[in-house]
Amino acid sequence: MMRDERLIFEKSVPGRIGYSLPADDVPEVDLAKTFGEGMLRNSAPALPEVSEVDVIRHYTNLSKRNFGVDSGFYPLGSCTMKYNPKINEDIASMEGFSQVHPLQDPKSVQGSLEVIYRMDRLLSEILGMERVTLQPAAGAQGEMTGLMIIKAYHMSRNDEKRIKIIVPDSSHGTNPASAALAGFEVVHIPSDDKGCVDLAALESVLDDTVAGLMLTNPNTLGLFEENILKISEMVHKCGGLLYYDGANLNAIMGIARPGDMGFDIAHVNLHKTFSTPHGGGGPGSGPIGVVKELAPFLPVPVVEKQDDCYVLDYERPLSIGKVKSFYGNFAVVLRAFSYIMTMGPEGLRKVSEAAVLNANYIRKRLEDVYDIPYNRICMHEFVLSAEKQAKNGVTALDIAKNLLDEGFHPPTVYFPLIVHEAMMIEPTETESPETLDAFISAMRLIAEKAGTDPGSLKNAPKTTYVSRLDEVKAARTPILRWRPSSK
Amino acid sequence: MTREQQDEMLAAVGVNSVEELFSAIPEELRLKRELDLPAPLSEYELKKQMAELARRNADSGRNLCFLGAGIYDHFIPSAVKHITSRQEFYTAYTPYQPEISQGVLQSIFEFQTMISELTGMDAANASLYDGATALYEAVLLAVRYTDRKEVLVARSVNPEYRRVLYSCLKYSGIIIKEIGFLGSTDQGKKSGTLDLAQLKAMINENTAAVVIQSPNFFGIMEDIKAASEKAKEAGALTIAVCDPISLGVFEAPGNLGTDIAAGEAQPLGNPMNFGGPLLGYFAVKNPYIRRMPGRIAGETTDSEGRRGFVLTLQAREQHIRREKATSNICTNQALCALAATVYLSLMGKAGLKEVARQCINKSSYAYKALLETGQVSGVFDSPFFREFVVRPGTAPGKLNEILLKENIIGGYDLSVEYPELSGCWLVAVTEKRTKDEIDLFAEKVGRICREGGNA
Repeated sequence: MMRDERLIFEKSVPGRIGYSLPADDVPEVDLAKTFGEGMLRNSAPALPEVSEVDVIRHYTNLSKRNFGVDSGFYPLGSCTMKYNPKINEDIASMEGFSQVHPLQDPKSVQGSLEVIYRMDRLLSEILGMERVTLQPAAGAQGEMTGLMIIKAYHMSRNDEKRIKIIVPDSSHGTNPASAALAGFEVVHIPSDDKGCVDLAALESVLDDTVAGLMLTNPNTLGLFEENILKISEMVHKCGGLLYYDGANLNAIMGIARPGDMGFDIAHVNLHKTFSTPHGGGGPGSGPIGVVKELAPFLPVPVVEKQDDCYVLDYERPLSIGKVKSFYGNFAVVLRAFSYIMTMGPEGLRKVSEAAVLNANYIRKRLEDVYDIPYNRICMHEFVLSAEKQAKNGVTALDIAKNLLDEGFHPPTVYFPLIVHEAMMIEPTETESPETLDAFISAMRLIAEKAGTDPGSLKNAPKTTYVSRLDEVKAARTPILRWRPSSK
Repeated sequence: MTREQQDEMLAAVGVNSVEELFSAIPEELRLKRELDLPAPLSEYELKKQMAELARRNADSGRNLCFLGAGIYDHFIPSAVKHITSRQEFYTAYTPYQPEISQGVLQSIFEFQTMISELTGMDAANASLYDGATALYEAVLLAVRYTDRKEVLVARSVNPEYRRVLYSCLKYSGIIIKEIGFLGSTDQGKKSGTLDLAQLKAMINENTAAVVIQSPNFFGIMEDIKAASEKAKEAGALTIAVCDPISLGVFEAPGNLGTDIAAGEAQPLGNPMNFGGPLLGYFAVKNPYIRRMPGRIAGETTDSEGRRGFVLTLQAREQHIRREKATSNICTNQALCALAATVYLSLMGKAGLKEVARQCINKSSYAYKALLETGQVSGVFDSPFFREFVVRPGTAPGKLNEILLKENIIGGYDLSVEYPELSGCWLVAVTEKRTKDEIDLFAEKVGRICREGGNA
């Protein structure tokens, strides 16, 4: 591949243009006279001056330096990188959906409101919840919304002393970060030797200052919290609420429901479980479902059906208000809605069954060469440890980088924090046995080399556009933008 | 997988059935029925049904859109969609593995550069959910930096943003106070701009930040410099919410004393999408770089000394810092940021300026055309960008209803969020509108008002 490291700015040629705009067929306003010189820009922003073909080539070439789900296997644990059906993209770009303004008269957006209303019903059924809001833009914002609801609920009961949120030490980093942002004090509890919530530790922190517990189930080790009913009983007994982090919902669709487990609030990552593309880091969508008692606290507006018309209901006195503009990431919701409509109830259950079978198959085929700290039947993902290989100087990071040369996106590394040299593998249901076998072979080959020739693994990747990058340098002397003078 | 393959895999795992894989789930928790969801549709049936739903919306392709209020119907070149539809971009995740993510990382770096250039700031992050949440993050930064608890927010800031601030800061101990605008009463000046005298009276040693929007919600250009000077005297930060298209012709907030620029970049190559996804931007001056929320891409070198890009300054973030992180944000809006980057590359210096100029010329023409009908009166007396406030003879709600029947999406009814502007109508005109369309619009508005809203 011909290397072209230039930025788009470095391809700029003064006077070159790449646009075609409608005619300016009205009288010209004199800017200086109208607004005053002081309001106007002294110098133009240093935007590139390039042609359309320059732009297309530049970004097409950049795209070739990127790896997507369509490029190959992407077993990034906790992120559920399943295949994204193409039809869902086509539906999201229908003009009747994409070219609609959020502040139009509700009567002129009945199609979109119907999608929101029906999506609420679909997700409520999948989660076992009463109502779902689609407003949160991502899982982390769903968490924040859920925590605001927990706060509002306790305050509405004049129970002001509940200031603590409990999270397990294996939880996602967003859990404690969201809790702190929502104004709670964060209490971490350890996992027991089975990798699940330590009930005695939980008991010891439960009192009337606890607002709630946040839990992922299956948890980040890919293990189902078997004591979930006991946990929810304990938390509820002390007056707290239970929050379900839906990152791992792909394991249990149609098999078990957070609502039935005793959770009061649950978020869903539409970009994980419901196959909407991750966009290189977003946009996602993080709807949350709540039980009946918490429905009055949901963000406004809620879409309701009155007679045969869908309306936006803002008259909800207990509502927490708004966490984001408008109604959420609607174009993402459309894709997820389409996905559910094409899967049906049996299809979704089979998704979870295949996701769990695939994860167990890889686990079983790697257990003799890698350490698996909690080695029993897992759900949709599992965590192995490269500790054995690390003794020879080959870390989880080295293994990840070698997988790049084998043509795979590596698993999540160094998470959860409770496992040393962790590699979290989530194959998802959309992968064929042939793909799983190829990945297993690569992992076994790397393990073998780690024993016989560890040095050969230290310089990977060798086949990628760039080799290992100096992250320390990037953070120590941050260069966060190009500057015209640096030309 | 085929039945045979499934059996082989089950055997390899050492279980007899798929059910056995779920034995960790207690029996009483197992759903004993199928989910109550509609039966699956084929691809063709789905497309048909969704097309039917889409037809129930009045979209801006089949209707003339004069609605703005924070989300705008700008022209998007075809090339944008072709780039964002490349699977390498849209099916990838956050660039955790930089060696195979240089495409996304470099595009973010270019996005950060463009936002910094437009706003006149030293650095920008990789984007946030939307303008409203970007403003919320900016307020948090200011409160932490100054260790003060009060924030003065112009009432002429987008009401949707203020709603998000009120909700998300409710239990934070941060106090929001609003500064009014001139022209909200029958007396005094009618400029529609921030009441500087009130700002002067309200600002004190407890003020963490002053939040000002320009063009403000009424489309009027604010004097950011005057506000930021007041803020600086009091030791408070200035947060400016600026429309990125307007920055094609108007002075960058970074050159007017702004510490943080935050807002909505949807107008840059992103469709309205019924309000989501949007694209929040966030840019700061040097002292605040390490306090920015969200993802940031930075330049570095690889082991052979070649230029490359990584996610950087991650010590701020939730996956490292957990409850001590600057924000809980995990994702950005990478694909929307890519669309904005491609859009700005295509437009370039000249194109962006041209779009901004057309917005000014065409909205100004529309304002005059509406006033000339004799059925619509002006409300404020300041120059505006792309959007303006008028008082039509017929109530905005009624007027919009009738216009829609004639395939026109009318302006925003200000009565909803501004009781003091009851009966006022916020009209937006982008470069997409032609003179003929504007004439038609004015003619119809005039006629409807003359007929007293009886369609």
